[in-house]
Amino acid sequence: MGAGLLCITRKSPVASALWLVVTLFSLAALFVLLDAQFIAALQVLVYAGAIMVLFLFVIMLLNLGRPGPSDITGPWGLALAVGLAVVLLVELRVLWSAPASAAQLPPGTVAAIQQQQGMVGAVANPLFDAYLVPFEIASVLLLAAIVGAVVLAKRKL
Amino acid sequence: MTGTAVDLIWLAPALALLGFLLNGTLALTRPAAKTLVSVIGVGVLAGAFVVAVLVFRALTGLHPDEPLIFRYWSWIPVGTLQLDFAFQVDQLSAVMLMVVTGVGSLIHLFSVGYMKDDPGYARYFAYLNLFVFFMLVLVLGASFPVMFVGWEGVGLCSYLLIGFWFSEAANANAGRKAFIMNRIGDFGFMIAMFMIFRATGSLDFDTVFLHAPTALVARGSTVTAITLFLFLGCTGKSAQIPLYTWLPDAMAGPTPVSALIHAATMVTAGVYLVARCNLLFAMAPVSSAVVAGVGAVTALFAATIALKQWDIKKVLAYSTISQLGYMFLGVGTGAISAGIFHLATHAFFKALLFLGSGSVIFAMHRAYHHTHAHDDAQDMRNMGGLARHMPWTATLMWIATLAIAGVPPLAGFFSKDEILTAAFARGGAEPAWLVFWALGLVAALLTAFYMTRLMIYTFHGPNRSGEDARAHLHEAPWIMTGPLVVLGVLSAAGGLLNVPKLYHGGAWLEHWLEPVGKAGAALLPEPQLSTNTEWLLVAIAVAVATVGIVGAWRLLKPESLVPASKAPEERGFARVLRNKWYVDEIYDALIVRPLVWLSREVLWKRIDQRVIDGGAVNGAARGARALGWANRWLQTGQVGMYVAIFVVGVLLLLWRAMS
Amino acid sequence: MLTGPALAISAVLFTLGVTGVLLRRNAIVIFMCVELMLNAVNLTFVALAQGLGLGGQVFVFFVMAVAAAEAAVGLAIILAVYRHKQSVSLQNMNLLKDG
Repeated sequence: MGAGLLCITRKSPVASALWLVVTLFSLAALFVLLDAQFIAALQVLVYAGAIMVLFLFVIMLLNLGRPGPSDITGPWGLALAVGLAVVLLVELRVLWSAPASAAQLPPGTVAAIQQQQGMVGAVANPLFDAYLVPFEIASVLLLAAIVGAVVLAKRKL
Repeated sequence: MTGTAVDLIWLAPALALLGFLLNGTLALTRPAAKTLVSVIGVGVLAGAFVVAVLVFRALTGLHPDEPLIFRYWSWIPVGTLQLDFAFQVDQLSAVMLMVVTGVGSLIHLFSVGYMKDDPGYARYFAYLNLFVFFMLVLVLGASFPVMFVGWEGVGLCSYLLIGFWFSEAANANAGRKAFIMNRIGDFGFMIAMFMIFRATGSLDFDTVFLHAPTALVARGSTVTAITLFLFLGCTGKSAQIPLYTWLPDAMAGPTPVSALIHAATMVTAGVYLVARCNLLFAMAPVSSAVVAGVGAVTALFAATIALKQWDIKKVLAYSTISQLGYMFLGVGTGAISAGIFHLATHAFFKALLFLGSGSVIFAMHRAYHHTHAHDDAQDMRNMGGLARHMPWTATLMWIATLAIAGVPPLAGFFSKDEILTAAFARGGAEPAWLVFWALGLVAALLTAFYMTRLMIYTFHGPNRSGEDARAHLHEAPWIMTGPLVVLGVLSAAGGLLNVPKLYHGGAWLEHWLEPVGKAGAALLPEPQLSTNTEWLLVAIAVAVATVGIVGAWRLLKPESLVPASKAPEERGFARVLRNKWYVDEIYDALIVRPLVWLSREVLWKRIDQRVIDGGAVNGAARGARALGWANRWLQTGQVGMYVAIFVVGVLLLLWRAMS
Repeated sequence: MLTGPALAISAVLFTLGVTGVLLRRNAIVIFMCVELMLNAVNLTFVALAQGLGLGGQVFVFFVMAVAAAEAAVGLAIILAVYRHKQSVSLQNMNLLKDG
């Protein structure tokens, strides 16, 4: 959380990027604690590794590394921030007082599956089974993204 | 349908309509083709008269008890109302048909001479033909709405013809006044139609009168209301109190128009309506009394005004109102044959009087034209001694005057006498009618007086037109005097139509109209007068007429008259009469001014300008512009702002979803 | 066992991300805050996957894939805009402004 706060308040874009990386690593640790080791690994590999690197590439490309003037918008911004903080507090209150959801699987089910099929298998089996179509669509999406990124960034079409 | 000439009935109005179309086209394209217009205009009327005669003769052979109905096409088939455009030929409509086409043809002929020099010649005949068409639709209609079409149509033609010389504001205003007052009456007619439909479920005459005794309660409020509203229409169309003030103003139109529309035909439409609906009026004695009473009062009232009018046409206009009052007294009493009889004889002698005055005015105009004088050619104070210059006109007008005064054996005597006798007879059962009889009698006295006054001032005594003008005064051309002769004969001999049993006459008209009135007559008391009483009444009537004529001859001194431009103002009671009892002024102050004020101040300035223009129309524009201006602030182009709004929107949605 | 606190952290991170999106002017920083938000959501999914089934983890998988695609395209757009405006400050990106 601290890293997140620092991320959004740094003046320099590079600093913000680095703090985001820290945040991502912390999240990965949290994932491990939540019995999602495979996801944690993915987080580090894909997010922190590839996406943040991409960010840093672009920052360096556009030569925005130097810390610029603080660009947090004026009094309006303060009001907005306060408002959102209030919303957050309300959310947390709701969360605290809400009872546990009824439709819960019996404890230990997930762990058992993970035991059976291994970490990766636990995620991969549903992926190619129940969620096959979204999987295929996601691959098409990635293709479109690649093509789009290339086209958009070219100097001359 | 009947296999006789009666089937040709559609031809009469069709010919008139054809005349209108042809003359109208000529008026628009070749207005100078006067001979052609005359031939068409008079020709179609003559043709219509021939058709009328043929129909009449065929009808006498058929002796139908029920009216003959000719349905031409389905006009308004709506739900429970199945209305056809249909004509109805029965004894009453046949009589009206003859009067309209007969007198109409004579007047058309007269107009050829009278309007000879007018640039609007073709337009005049077009309108005149159209009027005859609508009048025929009115008298031949087999249902209330068809009659109403004719009713409105003649009102329209009246407006067009009164304001014929519309370049003068006064003429246009007179036409407008006539139309608006008629409209008030028409409103009453329409309300009556709605009530009739609601009560009997139909608007055809035969069906209504068939169901009326069962659908309506005799002496009940519904039938009284219906008949009173119908009578309201009559007061408008036939110029009775309170809607009569348009008729004197209508004299602004050409004189033959006054003769045809405002003496012989259109104004009699109200009398025809009451006669046609005699069953309904018999079922509502209160309304009958109102009709007769208003008629009697109007007769006397108008006669008083006529005593002090100087314009020759105005005298005749008030005389017409007065005589119409007599007709309503007749039909209101239930003696529809008496009322219709007077309608016919009045058509003869009043048309003769109007046309005769037309000849006089024509001659005066020509004389003034030669001397380039600007005096009023219609003011009696500028006339005098014209009998020397226009002997034929004078004689014929004397015949008409004696007829209207009720001097035997001329037509007017018989018809007027019959009305008064009927009123007196009913007075035996209902005393109110005795009052009406008395009013009618006094009016008869005044009638004789003012008509004699007219004749004396116009045709006798010294001439006041001035030396030069006098030299140019002479008789009108034969095309104008000819019809006068025919009308003179009719005025004299018209009494033969309905000589009462008292004189061992055949009472032909009374018998002829019996099938039309039998339903109503069955409901009325059958008062009988002894023969002695009847002779007494006749004697009183003749005495009254004689007193009027002789009195006028003795009392009035035409020598003391001065030409209009130098005449002194009236004083005292004479002034009240001269100014028509100030009725027009009263109407203006009580009704017209408040209405105009209301329209201008409230409806126009406040509602129309402020609320509708300002509020609704401009307000909508202002609102749209305000909305647009407000939206401008949102389109900043700043992505940050868009995102912020986006977030706010999402939060709102979440909040809604959770609560 | 960690589900409750994990959800709380997720909420805080998400709010931080929203605040950053609204308050920063540099387009790239805003983008990073968006990534922060996405990660917060991922945390929520994983936290609840324990109780509600492995579908949560599968979904995280998809979210990451989409985030990657979106990052690539978004940054390409920012590059193109930079070429035109020589700036990535949000204030200058007002071509949608009403005339």
